[in-house]
Amino acid sequence: MTKGQTPSQTVGPYFAYGLTPEQYGYPLASIASPDLRTPDVEGRQIRIEGRVLDGKGEAIDDAMIEIWQADPQGRYAHPADPSYNKGRGNIAFKGFGRCGTGTDPENRFIFDSVKPGAVDDSQAPHINVIVFMRGLLSHLYTRIYFADEADANAKDPVLLSVPEDRRDTLVAAREESGGTVVYRFDIHMQGENETVFFDV
Amino acid sequence: MTTPPKPYSPRDWSSHPPIIAPDYKSTPLRGATKPLIPIRQSLSELTGPVFGQDSLGELDNDLTKNGRKDGEPLGERIIVSGKVVDELGRPQPNMLVEVWQANAAGRYVHKVDQHNAPLDPNFFGGGRCVTDDQGVYRFYSVKPGAYPWGNHPNAWRPNHIHFSLFGPSIATRLVTQMYFPGDPLLDLDPIFLSSPEKARDRLISEFDLSLTEEEFALGYRFDIVLRGPWETPMETA
Ligand SMILES: [Fe+2]
Repeated sequence: MTKGQTPSQTVGPYFAYGLTPEQYGYPLASIASPDLRTPDVEGRQIRIEGRVLDGKGEAIDDAMIEIWQADPQGRYAHPADPSYNKGRGNIAFKGFGRCGTGTDPENRFIFDSVKPGAVDDSQAPHINVIVFMRGLLSHLYTRIYFADEADANAKDPVLLSVPEDRRDTLVAAREESGGTVVYRFDIHMQGENETVFFDV
Repeated sequence: MTTPPKPYSPRDWSSHPPIIAPDYKSTPLRGATKPLIPIRQSLSELTGPVFGQDSLGELDNDLTKNGRKDGEPLGERIIVSGKVVDELGRPQPNMLVEVWQANAAGRYVHKVDQHNAPLDPNFFGGGRCVTDDQGVYRFYSVKPGAYPWGNHPNAWRPNHIHFSLFGPSIATRLVTQMYFPGDPLLDLDPIFLSSPEKARDRLISEFDLSLTEEEFALGYRFDIVLRGPWETPMETA
């Protein structure tokens, strides 16, 4: 006997005090924040920033972005990862972040994290992204790849499954400012450069 | 355990709303227009953040208490409870359930909510709980009021509570809304109506006398079904 999936509904415009309370200054502890870094994780610190753009190219100020990533050694903090129980030293590092686009003056999401390692032999390093917003009835999945991983990207089976002229939408550009490595990743909901979304 | 996890069944697009539903006027400029690209589920999709009991604050599961300043929140007290299962009906224990809602007057504490209904100084509206070993969650609140929105002339959202769940992986992620039985606004609400007709009832809670606490609060049951393992019927040995 199978049961039907509960339908998705939009996160709506008022998610902030429930899902991202600390970021927006509400008096409830957050379960996740835009800062994924923990003292016990070794690896290169990075910042990921971008906007979520609507069909008119305007930056959306009530979207919520979630990211899920491996640690710099390519391990997910989850029991399904074979390395999970094998002495993973950085147990404080969860690899999950959440950021609303309503607190930055340019409506950006900004995550501080560490660069993930490759999770298996075939996939290039990447960050999994889930997109929510008012006006989006079912959340969408995409991935962030890194511009400075060109060799690995060229062999990545997921990138290769994407039409060639759309692969760029998944690759974050690298910039360095004041010693901080910033990967820029705008999410285009529509238009010529519409971001690739996956049917996960 | 080094056995790779089983993939999850696909998102059932005959149960979920379309990406663009023109009657809900925010969708045409915000929804993706190109087809979603299928992905073979790897460890990246088969894992996700783990939030257990330790992610809860003391009053997180009681919205009648976690926003109090100098008294009790106004409104009809309710208990909302239900079972989180996968498509095979298997309970999903130790799963985080996040909720947020308007107060009894239909007003959110959110700063951008401009609805001219009173804020309740003793009600915040956000909380969370974790399912027990039978997959059952439970929280206290007050019944949220309906509120107007700008989608079309004289548009009102039915009474609802927003829900957010992860399930065991990012593939099972679900954000949804729970509605109340018998609400006349349901038939007029483009967000509720965006779900395919056969699946809409799954969004409506049931009044459940057995959940009700005598002389204290009314009980509503809202069960939630997340994606289950990918079943390949041809493989039966
Ligand atoms: Fe709402």
